Amino acid sequence: MTFEYAPAPESRAIVSIKPKYGHFINGSFVAGKKHFPTINPATEEVLSLISLGGVSDVDKAVAAAQKAYTKSWSKLSGKERGKYLYRIARILQERAREFAVLETLDNGKPIRETRDIDIPLVAAHFFYHAGWADKLDYAGLGHSPKAYGVAGQIIPWNFPLLMLAWKVAPALATGNTVVLKPAETTSLTALLFAEVCQQAQLPDGVVNIVTGDGSTGAAIVNHPGIHKIAFTGSTEVGKKIARAIAATDKKATLELGGKGANIVFDDAPVDEAVEGIVNGIFFNQGHVCCAGSRLILQESIAEEVIEKLKVRMSKIRVGDPLDKNTDLGAINSKEQLVKIKELSAIGDAEGAQRWSPQCNLPDKGFWFAPTIFTGVTQANRIAQEEIFGPVLSVLTFRTPQEAIDKANNTPFGLSAGIWSEKGSRIFWASQHLKAGVIWANTFNKFDPASPFGGYKESGWGREGGKHGLAAYLKNGKETGAK
Amino acid sequence: MSFYGLVDGSEKSLLKFLEQLSGVDQVGADSRAAMLATRSIKTTSKKWAIDTAISMVDLTTLEGADTPGKVRALCSKAVRPDPIDPTVPSVGAICVYNDMVEIARTHLDAIGGEHVPVAAVSTAFPSGRASMEVKIQDTQDAINAGAAEIDMVIDRGAFLAGKYGMVFDEIVKIREICGEKAHLKVIFETGELVTYDNVRKASYLAMLAGADFIKTSTGKVAPAATPPVVLVMLEAVRDFYTITQRKIGVKPAGGIRTTKDAIKQLVLVNETAGPDWLTPQLFRIGASALLNDLLMQRMKMSDGYYASPNYVSID
Repeated sequence: MTFEYAPAPESRAIVSIKPKYGHFINGSFVAGKKHFPTINPATEEVLSLISLGGVSDVDKAVAAAQKAYTKSWSKLSGKERGKYLYRIARILQERAREFAVLETLDNGKPIRETRDIDIPLVAAHFFYHAGWADKLDYAGLGHSPKAYGVAGQIIPWNFPLLMLAWKVAPALATGNTVVLKPAETTSLTALLFAEVCQQAQLPDGVVNIVTGDGSTGAAIVNHPGIHKIAFTGSTEVGKKIARAIAATDKKATLELGGKGANIVFDDAPVDEAVEGIVNGIFFNQGHVCCAGSRLILQESIAEEVIEKLKVRMSKIRVGDPLDKNTDLGAINSKEQLVKIKELSAIGDAEGAQRWSPQCNLPDKGFWFAPTIFTGVTQANRIAQEEIFGPVLSVLTFRTPQEAIDKANNTPFGLSAGIWSEKGSRIFWASQHLKAGVIWANTFNKFDPASPFGGYKESGWGREGGKHGLAAYLKNGKETGAK
Repeated sequence: MSFYGLVDGSEKSLLKFLEQLSGVDQVGADSRAAMLATRSIKTTSKKWAIDTAISMVDLTTLEGADTPGKVRALCSKAVRPDPIDPTVPSVGAICVYNDMVEIARTHLDAIGGEHVPVAAVSTAFPSGRASMEVKIQDTQDAINAGAAEIDMVIDRGAFLAGKYGMVFDEIVKIREICGEKAHLKVIFETGELVTYDNVRKASYLAMLAGADFIKTSTGKVAPAATPPVVLVMLEAVRDFYTITQRKIGVKPAGGIRTTKDAIKQLVLVNETAGPDWLTPQLFRIGASALLNDLLMQRMKMSDGYYASPNYVSID
């Protein structure tokens, strides 16, 4: 008999989802006019109806945020702002399980990740920024740096609540007020966060959440009352935003796409490198802007690493995201699944060899088996374009310089990984890689104290750490942002 | 001489082999073990895991105060861990000092426990500080008395001094003494080797020299069988099988006291070496207190409530 793990589903009884949601403006929920459904991508079950925000909703939200900025938030000392952030962080910890289950239901990512990674990091971001709120004068960002006023924030569907935390925590710590739009497919945890703001008695209008689609986002970007835009999403939309705010006084930070190189040298700790490759591309179904989606292997160990990777991949447990033993959950949307399938078909057509372990995918919902393509070259589209799914392109190199050249040969520059037991090689490689985040002998590790952001078409500016604070302050140095 | 065609037994060939092993990144190994510890094993799979774990226990007593009475009591428990419930399997083996082997063997045979082997700790257990003659005699005595399994310790002093050839030769010698009569388990005392790189090196050294099992610890030094150490050893047997087509067993010992700990070990086996290793022929758990916790959890699964500790025997 073999060791089959019996289903170990996390109970969804802890969350109560309303049949319909409005926008969160000026401290209370306001009914929307039009609605669209939000579904559980693992089952295609409709979870709720979300309001489609239009220009007038954004107007109201910006007006509320402006009023809150002038009347209350800008009048508070940093110490008082910090108290609210600490309070929010503690409530998030107390309600962590509720948030984890809701995020898993709405996004499709495994409960193991929302429980152990997303939600703890969310709380950590609020705690970290709460600590900065009363120390901004001493952060090396110039004398008495000032907030912009209202920040417009548009976040993606891959880490819904975590991206909210990356945006809201530094904005509030630095004294800005916020109009935030969650992604169309994943609004529920943002709306639950609105309840947390009420529970924390955050002054009305400091955080406003308008749900909707791309048109809602455009209304935020183009709103004259907003002075700072923070966006995380695709490079395509990032470019649109950059065009839209050109010749305005709006500042922006943009976290865009990536095609991260995970470089494995022949002196790497192989078993841990295999873990890092798996974590680099299959964490969060590969819906990670900084995913290690290009594996760049030294040719002398390529065969061994690929064999071990295949053995390891056949242990990945794909299925019900609410099962505590699931490693790989559902693809977030039908659109994304179509995109992943299209790019994978291109990989086949380009002559790369596709491999996936045997796995039984559920009938309903959106699923894609963990996949690797070997025999990929720089000239292939699957080595150049972001797939944003559990699909890894494997390339090889002969010399360290060739590894760096291949890694940098991309319009993106968000992340990279280096695997080697040789310290000097790690330092040399990290000096030559053009990427905003470089991990050595690990991958996809996040910390609120560490600035995150990209080179080239991966974005403008940094989020997290002191650099992230600077991006929300008028005379903030160190930002690198527009 | 040739050992799996991989080394010729000379120190030079050993060094060359050990040098080409990939290093172990401590942070990575720790985090993989920690991730696997989050697996949630419930209902039917938990039931299966408990019975499998019971059948893998090397029920151990290694005290200066061991007496024939104590050893006989342990043997009775080994054969029928729960006297009321005959569906509970016997344990994997009884593990005792060499002078207790005969007493254990005789008693086991007398109570219908012919199927339970006796393992003897050997080679100047636990420190391994004795001359080779003494170590050989120690092993020979145990085999003569009926030990079917020899749990030898390596000379950690020699290993840490870089005398890999010496460690290797000792294992080869003891392997010879064991011959066909006894299975050889090689104890590293990972708490003294400390680094995972050393654990990996020791694993290959022992496997190349003819070990049937590699074992973490004596139970006398902490830390003992930590999950990342067991992970590194399971990776070693998995990769050794790929090279040689021979399956070597793994025995964590020391510090595994609860059902939860034992199930974590089984998850490590399942997802590292693979399901082939989930048998007492290839995985054992050296323990004493663990058995009672497994029995209590087993009762809980069938009765639905936790019984008082008075319902399991103290032996």
